[in-house]
Amino acid sequence: MTESESASASASGPEPASASVSGSGPASAAPVPPQGAPPAPLLTLSGLKVHFPLRRGVVFDRTVGHVRAVDGVSLSVPAGRTYGLVGESGCGKTTLGRAVLRLTDITAGSVVFDGTDLAKLPEGEMRRARRRLQMVFQDPLGSLNPRQNIESILAEGMAAHGIGAGRKERRERIRAILDRVGLPAGSLSRYPHEFSGGQRQRIGIARALVLEPDLLICDEPVSALDVSIQAQVLNLLEELQDAMGLTYLVIAHDLAVVRHISDVIGVMYLGSLVEEAPGDELYGTPRHPYTKALMSAVPVPDPKAEDRRERILLTGDLPSPADPPAGCRFHTRCPWKQPTRCADERPALRPAGGAGTGHRVACHWAEEIAAGTLRPTGDLAAPVLHRV
Amino acid sequence: MTTRLLTVEDLTVTFTARGRRDVTAVSGVSFDIGAGEVVGLVGESGCGKSVTSLALMGLLPRRGVRTGGRALLDGSTDLLALDDARIRDLRGTQLAMVFQDPLSSLNPVVPIGVQVTEILRRHRGLRGERARAEAAHLLDRVGIPDPARRLKEYPHQLSGGMRQRALIAMAVACAPRLLIADEPTTALDVTIQAQILELLRELVDQEGTALLMITHDLGVVAGLCDRVNVLYAGKVVEAAARRPLFAAPAHPYTHGLLASIPRLDAPRGQPLKPIRGSVNDTIAWAEGCAFAPRCDHFSPACLEGTPAQAPAPDAAVPGPRSHLVRCVHPVNTATAPDAARRDGQPRPGHPPHPPSEPPGAAPAASATKEKAE
Repeated sequence: MTESESASASASGPEPASASVSGSGPASAAPVPPQGAPPAPLLTLSGLKVHFPLRRGVVFDRTVGHVRAVDGVSLSVPAGRTYGLVGESGCGKTTLGRAVLRLTDITAGSVVFDGTDLAKLPEGEMRRARRRLQMVFQDPLGSLNPRQNIESILAEGMAAHGIGAGRKERRERIRAILDRVGLPAGSLSRYPHEFSGGQRQRIGIARALVLEPDLLICDEPVSALDVSIQAQVLNLLEELQDAMGLTYLVIAHDLAVVRHISDVIGVMYLGSLVEEAPGDELYGTPRHPYTKALMSAVPVPDPKAEDRRERILLTGDLPSPADPPAGCRFHTRCPWKQPTRCADERPALRPAGGAGTGHRVACHWAEEIAAGTLRPTGDLAAPVLHRV
Repeated sequence: MTTRLLTVEDLTVTFTARGRRDVTAVSGVSFDIGAGEVVGLVGESGCGKSVTSLALMGLLPRRGVRTGGRALLDGSTDLLALDDARIRDLRGTQLAMVFQDPLSSLNPVVPIGVQVTEILRRHRGLRGERARAEAAHLLDRVGIPDPARRLKEYPHQLSGGMRQRALIAMAVACAPRLLIADEPTTALDVTIQAQILELLRELVDQEGTALLMITHDLGVVAGLCDRVNVLYAGKVVEAAARRPLFAAPAHPYTHGLLASIPRLDAPRGQPLKPIRGSVNDTIAWAEGCAFAPRCDHFSPACLEGTPAQAPAPDAAVPGPRSHLVRCVHPVNTATAPDAARRDGQPRPGHPPHPPSEPPGAAPAASATKEKAE
């Protein structure tokens, strides 16, 4: 245990990102002003890394390597806006969300929330800070204690953070918030199992909102819900944002959902951000090969669009984050892979598509691909099965 | 008309338990599939789509389940009437199934190779080296690299997409004529989903396998299915070829589903139009339309017994395989085909019922809500 802690501490020591951040703060880490007049970032991540040690051996408990779940992510979430984080399972998006709340230990980098670096806060202060950063979890049933009634679930956080003087006032606030998220007033004394999936997700949202947070981290807020219920919850999140000025970090695998709700979208692959842009810009002109492939893989509920949809079929599966490919993480599956640079030089997230678009992409060849001078090496959209 | 590969007539599945009310999961579902055809069963959780597939495969428990109707293979063999031994012979050779969760459908303590060759031994009588060679060939065919090595591995050593490929390899091992895929891509990532859908499409195109695709994802349906059946609360509420269905959804439920999905190809910023309530807000089909408590086009006429299945407003030639809808007030989108997709505003052709809660709906809706809670 101590061995790995000292190892991770020494790993975080020479990290340039964490060293520079305490002084320069958001200015150094806000390279992406979104379109229009950008509000100041509420949350800024710089060089965030979360590595999990891989252990082996019973007696010596050696650390044999690290799973690089999040490996150097820098992004900023503007106040009052929604930042959408998409990626496939295993790309580290959930770990990133949990790291912001320090629910998992941060290996390196900084998480600056409203001027404070959360990564450096002592545990006690972090606990107090969590009132302003709340999380909505994917599985509404799994994240609500089945033996607590709704009032008890919602009042627990309030009592911990000293919100509301006494039970009566808390109950009033809970009533107000339940009404706000569209739950009947009689829900107070009921238990989670008595509610439908959509209603449970509303309880999860109410549980977060009752603490009057500034930032809501929604981890797959609708993926456990039926299609017709998803829209209800998405609309509710939007209404709440408008009414209460909330800032969202929405983590999801469903691109259509993320696009619908987000102002700025970041695409993650194997622990790092490969592309970031305002919603329309990203979906209009995706620049990273992975984003292109991801978007072309989403089926559209319209036969006419489906029949002419160009499909970029990726070969193979996600490589292991314990042993990520050298160079560009995506080069093992990339249809545009080039003999030079891709395999040995890790691309940085750099501005693309002109100033003012707020577009950043981590690909050596983004310009050439956009201009059409680079052709994909595999055959695209061929109606035959692609072999790995 | 030629005999269809599978004709399902009036399939009804009721779960019974002593001291409890009977639950009818599927009530009177009819559809048919021809060779090389892809038919979709679409609906949300609890609509009866999985129970339908289990009933066809003879995988429902015998006790506590009452099935009615017929499911004719080649117009003669009724799958629902077969005894266990007979249906076991058909499973694998004539019918095969791919389940949603590949990890729990595979035996975790048995190598992949043994699980694949088991089918080859049971149905094709292959043994030893010949069975192993055939298993490797099958894995290769579904795009699993290095099949000889994979045969020795256990399910946990394979990735999710790879496991689903292995399941498909097992399903097609005896060249079944009908493949039932129950949410085959729901547990997978989108890029892997695209690979698996491509594989299924290839099987249908090359082998002429009929595919019954069970899914909740209208996007998957739009790209893959020839004909689509939309299920709600155990009944087919709308059935059509895929193009008419998406161009002119006639049932308010289908219409509402399409309006409530965020779409990648639509302009951003349009608010979603959710269907209100949840699937628990329902009434028995015997009393009226089960969707009535959630429907924007509700009228008292909806509560006068089960609505009959009738040709949709846009059905050119009325017939058993044209566009059918089970609704008293079908949505007529023929007059405004483009507006049909997104907005829920009343259009010419709509019945002039107010979209807000009509007076008659309140008691029914609240009554069912109380029951559900």
